[in-house]
Amino acid sequence: MEHIVIIGNGISGVTAARHIRKKSDKKITIVSAESEYFFSRTALMYVYMGHMKFEHTQPYENWFWKKNRIELKQGFVQQIETTKKELIFENGETLQYDKLIIATGSKPNKFGWLGQDLKGVQGLYSKQDLENVGKYAPNNKECKRAVIVGGGLIGIELAEMLRSRDIPVTFLVRETSFWNGVLPKGESELINKHIIEHHIDLRLNSNLKEIISDENGKAKAIVVAETGEIIPCDFVGLTAGVSPNIDFIKSSKVEINRGVLVNRFLETNIEDVFAIGDCAEQREAIGNRRPIEAVWYTGRMMGETVAQTICGNKIEYKPGHWFNSAKFLDIEYQTYGWVWAQPRENEAHFYWEHSNKKICVNVNYNKTTRQFIGINTFGIRMRHEIFDKWLTENKTVEYVIENLSTANFDPEFFKKYEKEISTAFKNQLVTA
Amino acid sequence: MSKNSSFSISNPDKLKLDAVQKIGLIVALLGVSILFVAWFGITFPYPAVFLSISALFIFIGTVVYAKQTYLKQPAGIKNNNVWFNSLSNRGVLGWFLGIVLTLFYVLLYWFPSYLGYDPSGAQNRGLVALFDPLSLFFNGKIASQWFVYGTLYTLLIASLGIKFMYKYRHNRYQLIRTVVVIVSQLFLAYLIPEILEGLNSDTPYFAKDIKNMWPLNYYFFEPWHLDNMINGGTLGMLYLVIGIFMFLVFTPIITYYVGKRWYCSWVCGCGGLAETAGDSFRQLSSKTVSSWKIERWMIHTVMVLIFIVTAVVLYGYFANSGEFLGISIYNYFSKPYGFLIGAMFSGVVGVGFYPVLGSRVWCRFGCPLAGYMGLFQRFKSRFRITTNGGQCISCGNCSTYCEQGIDVRAYAQKGENIVRASCVGCGICSAVCPRGVLKLENGPEEGRINPTDVLLGNDIDLMNYVNKKQ
Repeated sequence: MEHIVIIGNGISGVTAARHIRKKSDKKITIVSAESEYFFSRTALMYVYMGHMKFEHTQPYENWFWKKNRIELKQGFVQQIETTKKELIFENGETLQYDKLIIATGSKPNKFGWLGQDLKGVQGLYSKQDLENVGKYAPNNKECKRAVIVGGGLIGIELAEMLRSRDIPVTFLVRETSFWNGVLPKGESELINKHIIEHHIDLRLNSNLKEIISDENGKAKAIVVAETGEIIPCDFVGLTAGVSPNIDFIKSSKVEINRGVLVNRFLETNIEDVFAIGDCAEQREAIGNRRPIEAVWYTGRMMGETVAQTICGNKIEYKPGHWFNSAKFLDIEYQTYGWVWAQPRENEAHFYWEHSNKKICVNVNYNKTTRQFIGINTFGIRMRHEIFDKWLTENKTVEYVIENLSTANFDPEFFKKYEKEISTAFKNQLVTA
Repeated sequence: MSKNSSFSISNPDKLKLDAVQKIGLIVALLGVSILFVAWFGITFPYPAVFLSISALFIFIGTVVYAKQTYLKQPAGIKNNNVWFNSLSNRGVLGWFLGIVLTLFYVLLYWFPSYLGYDPSGAQNRGLVALFDPLSLFFNGKIASQWFVYGTLYTLLIASLGIKFMYKYRHNRYQLIRTVVVIVSQLFLAYLIPEILEGLNSDTPYFAKDIKNMWPLNYYFFEPWHLDNMINGGTLGMLYLVIGIFMFLVFTPIITYYVGKRWYCSWVCGCGGLAETAGDSFRQLSSKTVSSWKIERWMIHTVMVLIFIVTAVVLYGYFANSGEFLGISIYNYFSKPYGFLIGAMFSGVVGVGFYPVLGSRVWCRFGCPLAGYMGLFQRFKSRFRITTNGGQCISCGNCSTYCEQGIDVRAYAQKGENIVRASCVGCGICSAVCPRGVLKLENGPEEGRINPTDVLLGNDIDLMNYVNKKQ
């Protein structure tokens, strides 16, 4: 029986395993050094905040794996011997495979800051990272202040976590406004205000110079590059993005760049070795997508796709229209299609924001053809299915604004803003 | 692992209360302590004064505490520390409260004299005596233990309902639903029945909470109750006709259009208590597949039991016989059901075990009315919880906070809508979802159940290829 080995039990690897099992009788082994059972990485924050226990982050009960004949092996792979089709573990054990799927995810970026490896300095990605936040920032007596470096999705989550235990947080953001490499001005500024509302000390235009150690090798302060200000702290969160977790592959014949290089079939340069999820890097661009997409949804889609190929239905990885979501403290964010921080050539943004609530919508469209390109919504939920359809059907911006209410996914009885949005859109056209 | 680590079940950081919160809590606890002192056998002089103080303190204290707690932070989901708090994580406080509640229910059902009730109706003492003036005001009789219970029940739903509304002030579904819960309890279950009882004190007793229909109200068709309704004048006949109509016609129709939520999480008394006082315990329900299996067996067994018991009771009524196939209907049918299901299950276990098994134990495992409506909801209804395409991140907030123990995530992460007999439509899964994935809604039956393998967002050809194969 063919043996499929998957390194990594995150969403990509587990999705691949489940779909291979649905389609075949192959022997499946998932290898992980991080945790015995699959858990939802995106939910780690809620464990620290006390919304859930760790067991609640596990989408499948423990019997699920045995019942579906998916073997779980705990261990850290040190090397891949592609010629012998063999994995060599840290403890010397080996494991033979017929087909290998690399799904090892990401690791937090460190940019060579002085003090970046001190105790109490860390990213937030793995289960071990979560345990360490609990260790170095258990409460506001042991952690009198925390500093977070890097204004992205994980940074703001970490800030929310620490604030849930009343720990004062200083948030160093390199950009002029929160996440404005991705978010347009209006949305980004809305989030700035909301961050401050949560009593987070937001420092825009601020970079980390170095982290200062105490006598025990633990962080005790940081220095801001721009001002030289020293901020005493007991915990430093490094959340300046993530990169593929592939150090162990460097010694193998699998070709890598920043990630494991794959073609559109998610195949690496070595036969029978595939890579999916955060650690995969596309050799050729797919539409407007980046070659490495560290996103839950794309990891899942690659898992769904690679399972088909492995089970004999060779199929290209063709993600559909871009979509994503996040939550910034109390504000939910969804996006469908493309809305760039700055409109590209021949594009325009229509931005609407509620006068006093934390709700806004931004629609990106082509100025000449009027084609709808994408939408950001903050504080209003929208239907994925409808926007996916509208994007496929190349609807115009006028059509989207006029029919926005059919896409509304807010709970029943919620106040609706589509009329206001439509009026604002028409007024803008008149004044423009 | 340090004792303060996030995996610990102990409180990592003691709850810090500001002055206003402390005042609110102290006032509420003072109000509760009057009840406890009375429960321990002290008969207060001026019961009207002490009862008013107690009720007002509980209500005002709770409202002050809740207002300060929630309004001082931005509106949003407030589940911080739920699993670190001894009251809500089956800690010492939780078990203590569970034991006190259970004890209260045992006394209420079987030993009311320990609450101060005088069965001869001459002179109450202690806790029950405290409620005499209010009972006298409504119907000219001194209080029974059930009057005490009904009053406290209503007080709890009102005060903790307002707390719930502060907590979910950003969510209009929750606000409107909770106003209806409070109003239903206050008027339909409490004030109107008490006033009607006072106006009709010359006719025999029958249940006057119009929404508390059979088979939740299991004695509706018992001979004494039927006779009392029939002999209860126009009002009695009205209640008889409406009671049958509610069960046979009204309930199936409304459940078809909006799901069983119209009852279970909007107007029902048991549901009302679970949604308000029980909100702190909703996360304690078990989400395992095995508990789902137990649930299906238990709730449908209870439902079949009450159908049988009622059929036998009605046979006895019309055949004018106390026996069915030679055995006593009362001793072998009505009485065991009333004791085991009516009192033990719905009362003692149903509420007493809130802090241990979660707030909907009765509704999930026992209530025959919920079972009946569940069949419509599952097989013939427009209600569903829609999953928003491929947006689920499997975080598990929805499943954790489902009071009915539905593993909502199991559906959402597959892109499937949630169509389950047990869903009471409280809407909390949708509220706690950080990615806007879930929406309770009513719509066409076609496509309500939508099994998928490959989720929306991926290659359209692959989705069609895989999803069609099943």
